[in-house]
Amino acid sequence: MPNMDPKKCPMPVQEPDVRNKNFSEVALGYTYDMAVNEAKRCLHCKNHPCVDGCPVGIDIPGFIAKVAQEDLEGAYEILSASSALPAVCGRVCPQENQCEGKCIRGIKAEPVGIGRLERFVADWHRQHTSEQPKMPAPNGHKVAVIGSGPSGLTAAGDLAKMGYKVTVYEALHTPGGVLVYGIPEFRLPKDIVRQEIDGLKAIGVDIETDVVIGKTITVDELFEMGNEAVFIGSGAGLPRFMNIPGESLNGVYSANEFLTRINLMKAYLPGAKTPIQHAKRVAVVGGGNVAMDAARCAKRLGAEEVYIVYRRGMEELPARKEEVEHAEEEGIIFKTLSNPTEILGDDKGYVSGIVCQEMELGEPDASGRRRPVAKEGCTFTLDVDSVIMSIGTSPNPLIRSTTPGLEANSHGCLITKGEDGETTRQGVYAGGDAVTGAATVILAMGAGKHAAKAIDAYIRGKSQG
Amino acid sequence: MFKILEKQALNPTVTKMVIDAPLVARKAEPGQFIIYRASEDGERVPLTIADFDREKGTVTIIFQIVGGSTMELNALNAGDSLVDFVGPLGTPSKLEGLKKVAVVGGGVGCAIAYPVAKKLHQLGAEVHSVVGFRSKDLVILEQEFEAVSDRVEKMSDDGTWGDKGVVTAALEKLIKEGNQYDEVIAIGPLIMMKFVCQLTKQYGIKTTVSMNPIMIDGTGMCGGCRLTVGGKTKFACVDGPDFDGHQVDFDEAMHRGSMYRGFEARAREAECELLKKEVQ
Ligand SMILES: Cc1cc2nc3c(=O)[nH]c(=O)nc-3n(C[C@H](O)[C@H](O)[C@H](O)COP(=O)(O)OP(=O)(O)OC[C@H]3O[C@@H](n4cnc5c(N)ncnc54)[C@H](O)[C@@H]3O)c2cc1C
Ligand code: FES
Repeated sequence: MPNMDPKKCPMPVQEPDVRNKNFSEVALGYTYDMAVNEAKRCLHCKNHPCVDGCPVGIDIPGFIAKVAQEDLEGAYEILSASSALPAVCGRVCPQENQCEGKCIRGIKAEPVGIGRLERFVADWHRQHTSEQPKMPAPNGHKVAVIGSGPSGLTAAGDLAKMGYKVTVYEALHTPGGVLVYGIPEFRLPKDIVRQEIDGLKAIGVDIETDVVIGKTITVDELFEMGNEAVFIGSGAGLPRFMNIPGESLNGVYSANEFLTRINLMKAYLPGAKTPIQHAKRVAVVGGGNVAMDAARCAKRLGAEEVYIVYRRGMEELPARKEEVEHAEEEGIIFKTLSNPTEILGDDKGYVSGIVCQEMELGEPDASGRRRPVAKEGCTFTLDVDSVIMSIGTSPNPLIRSTTPGLEANSHGCLITKGEDGETTRQGVYAGGDAVTGAATVILAMGAGKHAAKAIDAYIRGKSQG
Repeated sequence: MFKILEKQALNPTVTKMVIDAPLVARKAEPGQFIIYRASEDGERVPLTIADFDREKGTVTIIFQIVGGSTMELNALNAGDSLVDFVGPLGTPSKLEGLKKVAVVGGGVGCAIAYPVAKKLHQLGAEVHSVVGFRSKDLVILEQEFEAVSDRVEKMSDDGTWGDKGVVTAALEKLIKEGNQYDEVIAIGPLIMMKFVCQLTKQYGIKTTVSMNPIMIDGTGMCGGCRLTVGGKTKFACVDGPDFDGHQVDFDEAMHRGSMYRGFEARAREAECELLKKEVQ
């Protein structure tokens, strides 16, 4: 008998007033019983629309059935057939727009907690498996992967399992991409990312940190070094600013800088060697996951008031629903329908306030969202001593500007032919944010999977031909 | 890990290290920089490449001991290793085609000015170096500058070395003597570069400065290194560190450079305490 509870089993979490002062994980994860019970809410409907909602097509009813039968290793096997990073995706995927958004239980009540179950199964596996991964038999071919974010790690893992000798080149000193420098510990514990990376090393993947492709080594040189193909998973790391007055005042950060100081450099820890401003009143400009992360980090650093300043309405916030809810619970103040026009400074060059224009929603624009338009004569000023710009990022031009034949579109995104990730340069494949612009972990992972297959086919074709 | 092959104190506050970093040495050019971390929990710190030897695979860095992170670096010795050493970052200085150049270096900035002077000399340019220090005991690279310059003007604030006065005085003297420079390249404290630019602007001489703002990644990812140049935002780590000095907003750069001064002072104290404990 399915469990007909209209509501998802709630996720145990740290209390808002406790967690907004620490960096430990907010959501604590289901217990065994909760997971099994929640799994029983799946009706195993005929058309399983959830699977269509999943960018990598995980057999969702299949893995959930295994959880209901208490065969967790079986559930993990199903998950890992389609996803390289279930512990990560279970935590950070925008499930409400994907699998859970399509779940038929969601029509009348709450959908099945697919993300929470995914996380549970992946965590359970990590904690209970003692099996050492087996070293695949080498096939004698070499591939280079640029970037160690979800797309690069996935491509590397899949290729290594096929027997390729894979080297991942990472510009920063710690591998993981956005998973380590962007998404905070309280949402994605770095131990999980580390274990994923250790798993890759155990199957023979080499990870070379401190190598900036395009500077230290070029793509051409990667081929000269004997690599038969190159996968570019360099992400979209270049921060945008608004180009409004006052953006160079002290206390104005890009979200990338703010989050990198905190997550990669651990500036939040006492005695950290990397500095960060502990502001009292902070305005975060933007409404995506990045903005929520920045706002919640600022709160945890001790800010009394943290504002999200966003030019559209609450409904339009692009962040995951759960992040918005968590942010609200933690006391983040939402100033929606507000657009900054100027950052004010004191005589020493530090931020003292931000001037915002009130907005209202007009006609839908090309993206289908209603376009915000200025409300004549309505402005207000927030007293803040820090402003964090979180209005998007674009791909870094470093690689394409040093790689002849590699073409990008007007947004700086690498041009690829279809989902194989084949670029305009022979033997070079790309995927993730470097191709799509800032998107999601699951799409980056999916792109890595497709590219790994395509690279394998390309190298096989070459060696036969 | 990147091994320290040599360490030498150039003066009481400036140290030179030769690092085993073949990949960086292979590509390094004057004007570029590296980012190091001395330890696993260390800060990422940018330093301009002072010299390199492609055959030996080594990169030379010269740094002033100013804050916790440079103190941590200075506590290491030949035989020890740095956990991270990434580069070469930034765009190389554009020196080709220059026939006569004045290279102005101030303080530890001379460590960055020297490879530029050397490269110009190798390219066959006439090099006039103007180097300034606070006093005689802080002088570095004197012979090196002599070796690659057609003329060296030496200045010190207190008159204990060369002429007493600031580098701009010596530069103005050279200009007034009728020296026609294709370009002036100024590297040193922001305030020095600002005044050099004010001077050269009067004479209409193109001036390049090397900026060293606060950085984290050094690849264009954080925007922490941004500067206003010609009214536009530029990222020093990828668009520079060399910029047209007449376009740089130096006052803003000075404000931004002071962002973490309080933190730096505390870090310096903490590092001193640590060193004291280790000595005991
Ligand atoms: C703060 C934040 C929160 C987010 N929250 C979510 C979320 O909740 N859910 C979700 O699905 N998505 C989220 N995202 C988006 C998601 O993280 C990205 O879409 C995803 O990480 C993209 O993966 P990627 O592999 O393409 O690139 P990245 O993760 O960006 O990794 C690229 C890597 O390549 C390296 N690199 C770049 N250039 C070079 C070079 N020249 N040489 C060597 N290495 C290089 C970079 O240093 C980096 O490590 C968030 C992003 C941010 C910034
Ligand atoms: S140092 Fe981060 S963008 Fe320049």
